[in-house]
Amino acid sequence: MSTHFQKKSAKSSPSIPMASMPDIIFMLIIFFMVTTVLRETEIQVRTTLPRAEALTKIDQKRLVSYVYLGPIKLPDNQLGDTSVQIDDVLIDDTPSIRNIMYRKLLEQPKLIVSIRADESSEMGIVIDVQQELREAGTLRINYSSKPELL
Amino acid sequence: MAGLLKKKKEREGGEIPTASMADIAFLLLIFFLVTTTINVDTGIGMTLPPKLDENQEPPPVKERNMLKILVNAEGRVLIEDIPSAVPRVREEVKKHTLNEGEDPRYAESMAQAVVSFKTDRQTPYEIYIDVIDEIWMAYFEMWDAEARAMGYPDYATYRDYIDENDEENLIRKKIKAQISIAEPDAG
Repeated sequence: MSTHFQKKSAKSSPSIPMASMPDIIFMLIIFFMVTTVLRETEIQVRTTLPRAEALTKIDQKRLVSYVYLGPIKLPDNQLGDTSVQIDDVLIDDTPSIRNIMYRKLLEQPKLIVSIRADESSEMGIVIDVQQELREAGTLRINYSSKPELL
Repeated sequence: MAGLLKKKKEREGGEIPTASMADIAFLLLIFFLVTTTINVDTGIGMTLPPKLDENQEPPPVKERNMLKILVNAEGRVLIEDIPSAVPRVREEVKKHTLNEGEDPRYAESMAQAVVSFKTDRQTPYEIYIDVIDEIWMAYFEMWDAEARAMGYPDYATYRDYIDENDEENLIRKKIKAQISIAEPDAG
């Protein structure tokens, strides 16, 4: 009988050990610090992405290189001519895209070029960029678009 | 004097309070939780045709096997020279691909069916994406139907299955997505 009582009393004061709490939280912090990607490029053109249904996800972000295409952002919320931006620079002459992309392709042979074009841009410039990508040999492309609103 | 000595003693035994450590860490955690954006890139995947040599002609495609879709600067659609609309594209692509020589206006066989898409230089990108989307959805629906015929609930399940077992994608082999994007007219 006495053992029975003892057991009960031992059970009645359980407490979660709090000593390891900071460690657990630090682990979580480290996880989020590692997964957080801070935006490294400033986008100088407006890219309102079109909406589409037949979407695929790009899982491997390492393979992706972005080409931004849209009206250039001017001060006072004004929009200028349609321009192309790769990484941090605006491209003035379209034929230079092939060199930039070719160099990127050498670094990453499985390169996927994600075209983030503004929905209002004209097809002429999009096709021009695409022709340059063909010249460079970066054939895997992706028209970046958002899911359709239901 | 006695009071001074006592004070000194107290200071020596001072320690950094660790009780608030968890709270500080929690604040940091909340900050990172709020600022983290796990955004998955989505888009329509395409593979461009490789560059052709100057004197090399593109491979010939029979007129009948090619479904010509034209979109002008105003976003008006012409399918095989008949005025149409963007939502009609899906049906036409499916009819064309699954025709198997039945209707003389559409393709002879699945393997030969090509969808050709041409825009003006002034066509808005949004409409281009709408049409490309419709074409791809037509293929997705055909693949889904094919997967169901093979006993899978949908194409995604089938693809996961063959990825796991390293098998050949028979559906993609049967119904190839052959989309040709023609260079636009100067307009």
